[in-house]
Amino acid sequence: MSPPATPVPGLGKDLVGLEPLSAAQIELILDTAEPFKEVSERPIKKVPALRGKTIVNLFFEASTRTRISFEFAEKRLSADTVNVAAAGSSVSKGETLVDTARNLEAMRIDMVVIRHGSSGAAQFLGQRIRSNVINAGDGKHEHPTQGLLDLLTLRDYFKTIRGLKVAICGDILHSRVARSNIWGLTRLGAEVGVCGPATLLPRNVRELGVTILPRIEDAIQWADALNILRLQLERMQAGFLPSLREYNRVFGVTSERLAKAPKDLLILHPGPMNRGVEIDSDVADGPYSVILPQVTNGVAVRMAVLYLLAGGSPDWARQAGGGE
Amino acid sequence: MATEIVERCGGTDALVLVGIQRRGVELAGRIKRLIDQAEGSALPSGKLDITLYRDDLQTVGPRPVVGETMLPDLDGRIAVIVDDVLYTGRTVRAALDECADFGRPRRILLCVLIDRGGRELPIQADIVGTAISVGPADRVDVLVSELDGRDAVELVRGA
Amino acid sequence: MRPILIRGGRVVDPARGIDEVADLLLRDGKIEASGRNLGWPDDAQIVPAEGKVVSPGLIDVHVHLREPGQEDLETVATGAMAAAAGGFSAVCAMPNTDPVTDNQAAVGFIVSQAQRAGKARVYPIGAVSLGQQGRQLAEFGELVGAGAVAVSDDGKPVASSHLMRTALEYARTFGIPVADHCEEPTLADGGAMHEGIVSTRLGLKGVPAAAEEIMVARDILLAELTGGHVHLCHMSTRGSVDLIRRAKDRGLRVTAEACPHHFTLTHEACEGYNTNAKMSPPLREPEDREAIRQALRDGTIDVICTDHAPHHYDAKEREFDDAPNGIIGLETALGLAITELVQTKLLDLTTLVTRMSVMPARVFNLPGGTLAPGSAADVVVFDPAVMWTVDPDTFFSKSRNTPFGGRQLTGRAETTIVRGQLVYQRGL
Repeated sequence: MSPPATPVPGLGKDLVGLEPLSAAQIELILDTAEPFKEVSERPIKKVPALRGKTIVNLFFEASTRTRISFEFAEKRLSADTVNVAAAGSSVSKGETLVDTARNLEAMRIDMVVIRHGSSGAAQFLGQRIRSNVINAGDGKHEHPTQGLLDLLTLRDYFKTIRGLKVAICGDILHSRVARSNIWGLTRLGAEVGVCGPATLLPRNVRELGVTILPRIEDAIQWADALNILRLQLERMQAGFLPSLREYNRVFGVTSERLAKAPKDLLILHPGPMNRGVEIDSDVADGPYSVILPQVTNGVAVRMAVLYLLAGGSPDWARQAGGGE
Repeated sequence: MATEIVERCGGTDALVLVGIQRRGVELAGRIKRLIDQAEGSALPSGKLDITLYRDDLQTVGPRPVVGETMLPDLDGRIAVIVDDVLYTGRTVRAALDECADFGRPRRILLCVLIDRGGRELPIQADIVGTAISVGPADRVDVLVSELDGRDAVELVRGA
Repeated sequence: MRPILIRGGRVVDPARGIDEVADLLLRDGKIEASGRNLGWPDDAQIVPAEGKVVSPGLIDVHVHLREPGQEDLETVATGAMAAAAGGFSAVCAMPNTDPVTDNQAAVGFIVSQAQRAGKARVYPIGAVSLGQQGRQLAEFGELVGAGAVAVSDDGKPVASSHLMRTALEYARTFGIPVADHCEEPTLADGGAMHEGIVSTRLGLKGVPAAAEEIMVARDILLAELTGGHVHLCHMSTRGSVDLIRRAKDRGLRVTAEACPHHFTLTHEACEGYNTNAKMSPPLREPEDREAIRQALRDGTIDVICTDHAPHHYDAKEREFDDAPNGIIGLETALGLAITELVQTKLLDLTTLVTRMSVMPARVFNLPGGTLAPGSAADVVVFDPAVMWTVDPDTFFSKSRNTPFGGRQLTGRAETTIVRGQLVYQRGL
């Protein structure tokens, strides 16, 4: 039986969220992502760092872009990857999350990347299997690699996060991307603002250390960068909003609104975009949009996370007797 | 060493210097300056971090920090790999693997400041500053002023 | 049946205004005498109670015994035994069984199962509506005739105000309370814990305090409208406490209960997605917990109950959203009450016994709650000072879903007597 994955000093066995990480740990991941950016620029986009490791992408929620990004990260590190599209929740589909996890462990998986519809699912899994667990999005709780790639992108352009003013715009209430960003940004000393209709802001969001920006115009005046969240159709159907059209007219990031910004605002979006709802096409494709660099950074950040968590056992190191 | 490199390569045409992180990079820089001064050239040079190619990566505990890799075009060139100390040969093996992922040099040479013996792989240096004989418990450290404030080679006897 | 002499204990009997060291003689299922240096018949069993407290048996008006339908979680017998071990001489069993206790045969079944078990008394609570579907009134008369002491759709609220009104009016005929699980369904829908800073951080949908308070207010208004007796189940918020206080000031027939977890824990217990902190109504904020404690002190909340809700290990061993609500409580209630309320000097022992025995009997019109000679010999002897550590594996309940495992508590039942017979003795 393989020994349990050794906790890397500082990062632990799993990456469940950004909330438990210190600034130093977050910076370690971002710094580690730098050399991995370079790997993706090479003609042969592969390094043998995770050769022989087996990684399962366990996605209970459909997601093309996150899964592909993780898959590239894994393959560029020479790991063996398996994609499992599992169905629904424990209750609806029979096999519980615990059983799924144990079955994977019985196949000697080294790492699991999990996306699940229930908040806490990644932590739940991490507590029950010895493999490393990486949270690719659990319910409304956190999406740590998205938060990290957003931080890396901001750092690329602003050189430092400390003192930066970042406004997160949209459905904060239901957004794991928002939560991860709030934790990561505040941990690194940024000022965070949230902007959205009151129905989509948690009542006690101020207690997270953020400023409430009532209207998108306020956000544009205040911020150095906007992180625009995708608005989901279900919110309208559940009565949080009257219509997507109204959302665009009141909260949409349009070039007319951006023209009034006192400085050049960096535009981020986790994707996929609802063009014409939360963000207009000319903004998404405009000169201040870093949406595509975010995607590039996503692979690098995920490689960094996988690399850092995949540390081997000290016992093995002693046996192998490594040399120079 | 700089002169020997130019001799062995028959001139500076197609010559590329590649320093292995970290001190190999500094040494490669000095060699480049010496050659450029003597020959009036502008040699392309690069740096290589071999962390991701180490053969013990799966077994070390905390993950080592990965430094910068930046290589010029290697295809058809003569690549001279520069490092401070040659010991077991595993670092050089990793460097060879990594170079292969970047291109196909016509020829690869190895240049080291210190060869301390103790090889675990069939690897030899083409240009050697000095060869010394030490035991497995001893440590040989090269210090460079760019990183360590002074130039020195230190031999630390083990127990 | 041998007579029993409970010797030298501190007899706390609020119904007679007594708190003094005395003996208690039980014969033929009744309390025969109470006083100092009582004589006793030769064949009497002596229960030494020096240093302990002797009070009327505790009564838990809100438990879920899972029989019929989920006997793997708990049965009437195991629940009655767990109750006895917790110091309870009687419990009231909620009707959300499978099938629902909404007819006389079902009520009769519970009664006969309880008799067979011969441990704590079990009084069935009948359903308000058939199948607890919230549409058609159950036959209260039949239910009461078969032994039901109240009606409730607990598990769910009586969502229709019209149905709640008619239930309150109809229940007046039989002199029983209507116990409501106060939760506005559209506000609470999908919520897994209290809506607050913890739910925001954990990314879980929350149930706002208003979801409970809206129904509390509604039920109070309907009690006023109908003159009926509404009993508000498991109160959890400071807003509810305020509403109840004002209703009582106006003399309305409103009674209320609260559970140990609501005066002990807060929503912080959900950290780490601990499913043993998931219940309905959810654990709330520290200010709510404080308000519940004060309400138990001043009588705004009449009764301490447990809402004992057994669940299977597998059921709780899942994602927080999917885990069922509820924890067991019969075997920790007294310890929690003494540790959290008496040791902190909020309640004295007399008030504790009032909340856990006298008022439950009064509110639900049950025998018990008193040690007056002539009354039923339902007595508990408990040690108010012993420190012990909660070990769920030793519970008599079939289930283990409690957040209190490993917790150090003060106070524990030693001997429980029902109908003059020893049904529980610690150490045996």
